[in-house]
Amino acid sequence: MRGGEAIIESLKNMGVKTIFGYPGGQTIPFYDMLYDADLDHILVRHEQCAAHAADGYARASGKVGVCLATSGPGATNLVTGIATAYMDSSPILAITGQVPTHLIGNDAFQEADIIGITMPIVKHSYQPKNPDLIPSMIKSAFEISASGRPGPVVIDVPKEVQEGELSKFDDSLIDTPGYNPTTKGNIRQIKKALDLIRQAKKPLILVGAGVIISGACRELKELAYTINAPVMSSLLGKGAFDETDDLALGMLGMHGRKVSNDSINESDLLIAIGIRFSDRTTGRLDSFAPDTKVIHIDIDPAEIGKNVDVDLPIVGDAKNILGSLNKLLNDYTVSDDVNAWTDMIKQRKQDLLPRVTYDDVPLKPQTVIKEISEVLTPESILTTDVGQNQMWAAHFYDTQRPRKFISSGGLGTMGFGFPSAIGAKVACPDDPVVSINGDGGFLMVCQELATVREYDIPVIAVVLENRTLGMVYQWQSLLYNERHSQTLLGNSPDFVKLAESFGVNAVRITKPGETKEALSSAIKDNEPILLDVVIDSEEALPMLPPGAGINEMIGEYKLEKDVI
Amino acid sequence: MDKKYHVISTLVENKPGVLQKVAGMFNRRGFNIDGITVGVSEVEGLSRMVITVHADRKGLEQVTKQLNKLVDVVKIKDITKNAVKRELCLIKVHVPNEIARAEIMQYTNIFRANIVDVTEETLIIELTGDMEKINAFISLLKGYGIKKISRTGLTAMARGV
Repeated sequence: MRGGEAIIESLKNMGVKTIFGYPGGQTIPFYDMLYDADLDHILVRHEQCAAHAADGYARASGKVGVCLATSGPGATNLVTGIATAYMDSSPILAITGQVPTHLIGNDAFQEADIIGITMPIVKHSYQPKNPDLIPSMIKSAFEISASGRPGPVVIDVPKEVQEGELSKFDDSLIDTPGYNPTTKGNIRQIKKALDLIRQAKKPLILVGAGVIISGACRELKELAYTINAPVMSSLLGKGAFDETDDLALGMLGMHGRKVSNDSINESDLLIAIGIRFSDRTTGRLDSFAPDTKVIHIDIDPAEIGKNVDVDLPIVGDAKNILGSLNKLLNDYTVSDDVNAWTDMIKQRKQDLLPRVTYDDVPLKPQTVIKEISEVLTPESILTTDVGQNQMWAAHFYDTQRPRKFISSGGLGTMGFGFPSAIGAKVACPDDPVVSINGDGGFLMVCQELATVREYDIPVIAVVLENRTLGMVYQWQSLLYNERHSQTLLGNSPDFVKLAESFGVNAVRITKPGETKEALSSAIKDNEPILLDVVIDSEEALPMLPPGAGINEMIGEYKLEKDVI
Repeated sequence: MDKKYHVISTLVENKPGVLQKVAGMFNRRGFNIDGITVGVSEVEGLSRMVITVHADRKGLEQVTKQLNKLVDVVKIKDITKNAVKRELCLIKVHVPNEIARAEIMQYTNIFRANIVDVTEETLIIELTGDMEKINAFISLLKGYGIKKISRTGLTAMARGV
């Protein structure tokens, strides 16, 4: 067995069925061996999209997503995707080709020090110097990538290592004495949490992606119901708790739901689970829940106290900790104070439901998201790009289940929405997958229309067309005297013709009701399709200006109850 | 919060790139490494890295936790309070005349330093000690004209068992 075959064999042993990649000079040996192998490969049209597709695959399935690129420019094109996965704790394995070992350091053709370049954005990396190391490294990469707080791992394989014969196939895990993620929560700390919960009169729960990653959604629901506490989430926490539930308040943060942003500082206990308190979630730190006791549950000790000061830290896996906490709460009865608080918040939520009903033309994005919500079933997957389209989707779309809302949170990578949808669809072929994009971000990755056509991957790409780089445009409107510097996209391209040139069907949508109709038939047809939705370029969500506290939103928050 | 010097002793895997990872992490998180010394440890395959960093309590906590997250870092200990701290320093000093030579040799004796190279116009002196001792010695020699200083940075070891 040769090195490249060992890569294929090892991936198959880890349960991998499909990888996303793009060949090049230093991966020709691998691709030659792949030719006969029983492993699906999806040829993306840009390496960055291989990484995003692997990421989308990982987020939709919970399994490690695998992408592959050649050395040099192929590898550097993966960097944005690797950084995206790193920021959002997504387990991907990036395999790169490298120039032959004897040329490393010589500035050989298409040589780049990808191990060095990716050092600050990976959980770990390996470079096998002989083929015997490949099976162990791949197995260890999967282990490290998916365990603890997940993250990307890079394996950089020199060309002659791909070609070299293995003396034996040994895939025993590499000993890593420095890697021992804490999974079990300290029981004394958990008991202290019980005391804080008993004392609380106005509890709130705030959840992040950690709840989804650890598979703790059932435990979260039990906790919320047991203590009758409202639940809000970060962007990436969407779906950890059913957002159609009475107790769900929706997203907190810079573009969060008003009920969440208004209520957090009134709480006397915040139970934060699997969340890293990013600046986009908290606003200015000194006015974030200043009088609230904070319990912070997270598997990464470095997140505790990094941004928000914590009264009670519990390090460990959310599922494990919430399981223990729920057991301790079995004789807990909710006090009248808590019931009164939660009833008040529920009423406030009804009063502050954001307006989604409009009959305007050009379309309001709220209406578009509302119509998408009406068509999609709970198991449908929604991926978003970055910018206004992302915030509209996050704000107005109620996510009911985990791993069904996929978005680039930490890095905020434009061009993530469409390729991540490809990965999600490969992971969950039976679930409808819709990606919501802006016209700016979609154009960065539109070449993947060829990929969905060639492999018949029936993702539905919604392009919210406002001919602006909307989020920056919005900031310029609100904070920079409407000086719209370099944010007007002009009239090119025609997205319908663009899609059609790739052989992908497309529909232009301009009026209320059309999104719903087109989406329903697209799901029925089960074909790749682009919905080009022309929207109002002046529509903007209220926001926290930079440096503002969480309850200091600017812009008018339009309410559904005011619809006449 | 008050910033103080902290000495962190870490055990890391002796692999290529580990020093780069550690140094890169400090840089990326906005902390300055004041000194770093690396050498093999008593355990085969592991190196000991002694890092001196100027940080407040919260910063130190963050640095320690982020270090711990690196897969190649096996163990970390803050040994600021109770440690033997030593640095090696080589100083090439200008010797203008015979009186100066006698004075410098006297200082060398007082500081228990060694003269390791002699020419008619210069001496190289080797000195071991903590940072204060070395700084004091350097300031004594300044008047004669220091030509070169080469310091190793601090290495340290916790006292007791």
